[in-house]
Amino acid sequence: MTTAPAPLPGIAPRTIGRTTLRWAGIMGLLAFLVAPMVPLFIWSISFRWFYPDILPSEYSARAWEQVISPTNNVIGATGQTTLIALLCTVLSVLLGVPAGRALGLHNFKGKRIVEVLILAPIIVPGLAVVLGIDTMFIRYGLSGNILGVTLVHLVPTLPYMTLVMSGVYANYDVDYELQARSLGAGRWATQRYVTLPAVFPGVVVGALFTFLISWSQYVLTLLIGDGQVETLPILLFNFARSEPAIAGALSVVFILPGILVLLLSSKYLSGDSAAVGGIGNI
Amino acid sequence: MTQVTLSGLTKIFDQKSPPAVDNLDLEIESGKLTALLGPSGCGKTTTMKMIAGLLRPTAGDILFDGDSILSIKPEERGAVMVFQNYLLFPYMNIADNIGFGLKMRKVNKKEIRSRVEDMLDLVQLPGFEDRKPNQLSGGQQQRIALARALIVQPNVLLLDEPLSNLDAHLRDEMRVLIRRIQTEMGITTVFVTHDQEEAVVLADKVALLFDGRLQQFDAPDSFYDTPNTVDIATFFGGTNFIPGRYESGEMTTAIGKFRAPHSLVPEGDAVLSIRPEAVDLGEGGENSVSGTVLSHVYAGRYARFQIRIGNIEIEAVTEPGQVKLFADGDNIPVRFDPDKIWVLGPNAAEQPAGATTA
Repeated sequence: MTTAPAPLPGIAPRTIGRTTLRWAGIMGLLAFLVAPMVPLFIWSISFRWFYPDILPSEYSARAWEQVISPTNNVIGATGQTTLIALLCTVLSVLLGVPAGRALGLHNFKGKRIVEVLILAPIIVPGLAVVLGIDTMFIRYGLSGNILGVTLVHLVPTLPYMTLVMSGVYANYDVDYELQARSLGAGRWATQRYVTLPAVFPGVVVGALFTFLISWSQYVLTLLIGDGQVETLPILLFNFARSEPAIAGALSVVFILPGILVLLLSSKYLSGDSAAVGGIGNI
Repeated sequence: MTQVTLSGLTKIFDQKSPPAVDNLDLEIESGKLTALLGPSGCGKTTTMKMIAGLLRPTAGDILFDGDSILSIKPEERGAVMVFQNYLLFPYMNIADNIGFGLKMRKVNKKEIRSRVEDMLDLVQLPGFEDRKPNQLSGGQQQRIALARALIVQPNVLLLDEPLSNLDAHLRDEMRVLIRRIQTEMGITTVFVTHDQEEAVVLADKVALLFDGRLQQFDAPDSFYDTPNTVDIATFFGGTNFIPGRYESGEMTTAIGKFRAPHSLVPEGDAVLSIRPEAVDLGEGGENSVSGTVLSHVYAGRYARFQIRIGNIEIEAVTEPGQVKLFADGDNIPVRFDPDKIWVLGPNAAEQPAGATTA
């Protein structure tokens, strides 16, 4: 529907009205999504920016120099954040895909209860959850290290992965697997050649969510990391009050992977894909 | 060529409901085309999945050429099932779909390519290699699904409702194709259907199942000429049933005595069955009684009469010209050809008195 059909005389005004509306919609959406990022970028290159000036009166590359300089450990924190998010994503896929399959394909006693309980970590405030977990983590030596932070990030991410996959599997016809077996494929070959390609969009969407949720954790990292694990959100909060220019530059760094990942996986995010349907379960 | 034997095969899905397949004994001949026929929910697809190894039987055994295959994994059984909704893998092109079984068997790519080409020729879709399943019509998908099964040269080919999703014209084409390929390759083939006509036209032998139990396993014409029960006769389309007593080759009923040399039972309570097309109107003599024409329908290739004899109603199907001979309300002689009467067993006595037509 990118090109409007040649308008008939009687209905021409309505066609134009629709096109206008559509463009207005797109513009509105862009304004909401992109506009808040613009000031961040301007902050990052500003030196003096006071009310009522619309743009800074002086510019400077100082903030970006600070970001690159080793003293602030931005590069280290970025690496740490990436490592934690990747580990968390791998674990989420390994646990969430089989769990989603069980929920999507099988009926068992207490399935509704399990579905509600899976949502609990999303509904209950993370702070409340983590205060309980913290004492346990300290006891088992999981406090103040990457492993502990990765595990605690599973609390908010695993439900997403599981629910996305349960939606995907609910739309998956298991007879495809039986057909493959019948044609001579073993268990693993069936998963590899038949099931995985069918559920792959869901895995991508789930992994994307997991990565981004882990990437942007603040409270969980702060408490379990115990000041020892320095990720980008932690760093960002430190600068937010004292150094708006550096915070702006950091925000830009912080936003980048989200945009990058979204662009790379956009083909799996179309509205009619079953993977996106799974998010409807949340 | 593989002979398939089912022995006491039973499948229970849920303890509270009756078995889906109940103690089924069946001898499926090597190289023949056998139909599993029955209304929906009678256990025919369940039976087929058990043969393919996709469902584990609750009890009983399945033997290929005398050896139990229950412990053999589905991918090693050589019993390939073609599902009713084809299940072409959507993200593979047609060549990859057909070649799937060979790829799993680690056949080299060059050979796969040439055998896929042969298969496409066999199912009359040459040059379809690079298309995607969703670009094909239902009939074409069906043929690709068949090719994908045949390429692995299965011992047993299992077809689940192979014609049911096709329209009438494609159905005939597919029927001919299945028959031709089956005869050419001599593969033991079992197909599931709910349509008795489809079973009769296509199969060498038909196994009729009701509620998971085998009713009759016979050549197709036997179901019309010598059915085992009233239920079977009814499933195979309208027959007249007249209850009575059978003794020394004669059936005594409320509307008279009929000579009936062909009977399933030696004597006692029985039901006389005669197909509508075997009822002769306007003919007197032996085995004839007097009846009244209630109504008639002219259907082009044939005519159908409702006749009242005594207090029962029967149906007669005649050649179309007969509508000119008899008018509604006429009293006419009605004859039952002794050779076309089939006397059924006592379980038929459960049927309500009077004639039944379905």
